[in-house]
Amino acid sequence: MIGNVPLSDVLLVSGALFAIGIAGALLRRNAIQIFLAIELMMNAANLALLGYGAAMGTREGQILVFFVIAIAAAEASVGLAIFVALFRHTETIDVNKINLLKW
Amino acid sequence: MTTLPLWLIPVIPLAGFAVNALLGTKLGKSFVSAVGVGAAGLATVVAYSRLIPFVSGSHATVIEPVTSWIAVGDLSIDIAFRLDPLSALMLSFVTFVAFLIHVYSIGYMRHEATDAGYARFFAYLNLFLFAMLTLVLAESFLLMFVGWEGVGLCSYLLVGYYFDKEYAAAAGRKAFVVNRIGDYGFLLGMFGIFAVFGSLNYSEVFRKAAEQPAQFSPALAAICLCLFVGAVGKSAQVPLYVWLPDAMAGPTPVSALIHAATMVTAGVYMVARCNVLFRLAPAMMVVVAVIGCFTALFAGTIAVAQNDLKKVLAYSTISQLGYMFLACGVGAFPVGMFHVMTHACFKACLFLGAGSVMHAMAGDLDIRHMGGLKSKMPITFVTFLIATLAIAGIPPFAGFFSKDAILSSAFATPDVRRVLWFVGLATAGLTAFYMFRIVSLTFLGTFRGSHEQEHHLHESPSSMTFPLIVLGALSVVVGFVGLPAVFGEHANLIEPFLAPIVAPIAGHEAAVEALPHATEWLLMAVSVAVASSGLYLAYRWYAKEGGRVPARIAAAFPGAYALVADKFRIDELYGVLFVRPFNRLARVLWKVVDVLIIDGVLNAAAFLVELCGDFLRFLQTGNVRNYALTFFLGLIALLVFVVGAF
Repeated sequence: MIGNVPLSDVLLVSGALFAIGIAGALLRRNAIQIFLAIELMMNAANLALLGYGAAMGTREGQILVFFVIAIAAAEASVGLAIFVALFRHTETIDVNKINLLKW
Repeated sequence: MTTLPLWLIPVIPLAGFAVNALLGTKLGKSFVSAVGVGAAGLATVVAYSRLIPFVSGSHATVIEPVTSWIAVGDLSIDIAFRLDPLSALMLSFVTFVAFLIHVYSIGYMRHEATDAGYARFFAYLNLFLFAMLTLVLAESFLLMFVGWEGVGLCSYLLVGYYFDKEYAAAAGRKAFVVNRIGDYGFLLGMFGIFAVFGSLNYSEVFRKAAEQPAQFSPALAAICLCLFVGAVGKSAQVPLYVWLPDAMAGPTPVSALIHAATMVTAGVYMVARCNVLFRLAPAMMVVVAVIGCFTALFAGTIAVAQNDLKKVLAYSTISQLGYMFLACGVGAFPVGMFHVMTHACFKACLFLGAGSVMHAMAGDLDIRHMGGLKSKMPITFVTFLIATLAIAGIPPFAGFFSKDAILSSAFATPDVRRVLWFVGLATAGLTAFYMFRIVSLTFLGTFRGSHEQEHHLHESPSSMTFPLIVLGALSVVVGFVGLPAVFGEHANLIEPFLAPIVAPIAGHEAAVEALPHATEWLLMAVSVAVASSGLYLAYRWYAKEGGRVPARIAAAFPGAYALVADKFRIDELYGVLFVRPFNRLARVLWKVVDVLIIDGVLNAAAFLVELCGDFLRFLQTGNVRNYALTFFLGLIALLVFVVGAF
């Protein structure tokens, strides 16, 4: 229960976000879009954590989410730097075209 | 003066080995000789600092444990050293003769080797001394085995010292392999002893055996047989003697030290050490005596027809070792050990003399090329002659007393075993003959070699003649510690000294009774007569008549002569019986078992894995989205699994 939103609603939103994220990650070809979709999935997980934390009346959920956000910021900068480097090298960030690492 | 610990005696040469092996090549020849000879000398001094109080004192056995070695369950073995009359006797001449031979090696090896080879030689020699002293001083069978294997290893290394020569490497290998057969017997004997007595310490094993002979004697026959196989291998008896003549491929000091004076007597020492066990297995005593006696005659016969100076000496060593086993086999263990001691002196002298001759002949050892060396190398000649008279058993030289004691012990045995005495006597005549044959051909007559060789002839340097003189002197005097009983009640010093180690066992008193003095005089006269006639015959045939008679005899019986000259073709027989079948077996194991089966199975497995990989690698598409999809499917599977579990 966050405020007066019941837990089940929170989880529904979280599940929906996650599903959208997965769909985006699987269907998009642009690396940045895939990246955003992954961020979306992560935030779905964050939301679920907050919902459960509130429902159980503890603060651990919120603390954990802070950590996740902090680390996600760092991870985002690394990920974007990789895309920049990749783009300089191959002039594309279409993941279908970046497939050198195979048999 | 504080008594120095016994463990110091083997450890000093070990330290010498370490220094010479690790640093020798960098330090130059004089430093290497100083370390090598110094270690041997120091060990000798320490040994004598213990021996002199021991011999003049109470002769009480001293056991000095150093540290616990193996302690597992019931098995508990210490590293412990033992000084008793038997090990004292061995110690006295092993250290001393080894020291002399180290000194001799300085002169002998100076021309022969590079700095690295020189250091290697002295390092091995010191390592050998360490192993031999461990063998002699050990208080348990296991520690003795360490020394036993150690001397075998050093023998291998030193026989193959000229490893760049095919024959030397092959001789080393042969020595090692044949010795391994014997060692296997020793090992089995040791297992047997542990199984029966639950201990490997001499004191405990021999005490138990002597206290309850009836309980143990059935198993002892098998144990003694195994131990004797070990002794046969190490001491070069029939049928495992074949390695010793080939071992002459090593440098001559090695032949003198390892293959005449010390290592080859280890088998005799071991049998004498285990005399309690052997006496409780009378059948095995007979085996020991018969093998020894047969070997003495057999090797003596071969020696008659050899033309290589060192080969003759090698066969004479085998023959003399046979005498020692004969003595042990008829129950006269102290007499056998007495012969070990005298033999060490005169045989070392003979080998060093042969080395001196070889030195003068620029490596040639064929006695047909020699002759008349008497005037060119007087010291070598005189010492060689003394040692020859000693080995031939001419009084008053050392070999006479020990050999006579062996023959009279053999004569004193009851019933049909007196045959042993007769064979021993015949061998004594043979020994005198072939030994004087080589003296005649080498030192007497006129020189038969090439002009360059004749020009090169010279007496050896003093580092080589000094040991010869000392050993020659010993070959004269050392026999007097074992005067026969006819010279008075207390004339014989060695038998009372060794008596404690052959303490009587209740119910197993030796059947040998003392011979009447008249018989003993007669036996002495007979053996002296036989020996001198052998000597005279050789002198007449080879020195006076220039070998016409033997040549006629050889021509009259060409087949028999060729057989003897070819050493009865025993090596060829072993080649057909063992070496070639084993080679063939090894070929089958290599070509079929290894290449076809083992390699085949391995390669098939590798091929299978490769095949799988050929298909599975197409999963690596390189496309991130494929991987992501796989993740997702995995996630769903996991979810289904978790939800399904509820």
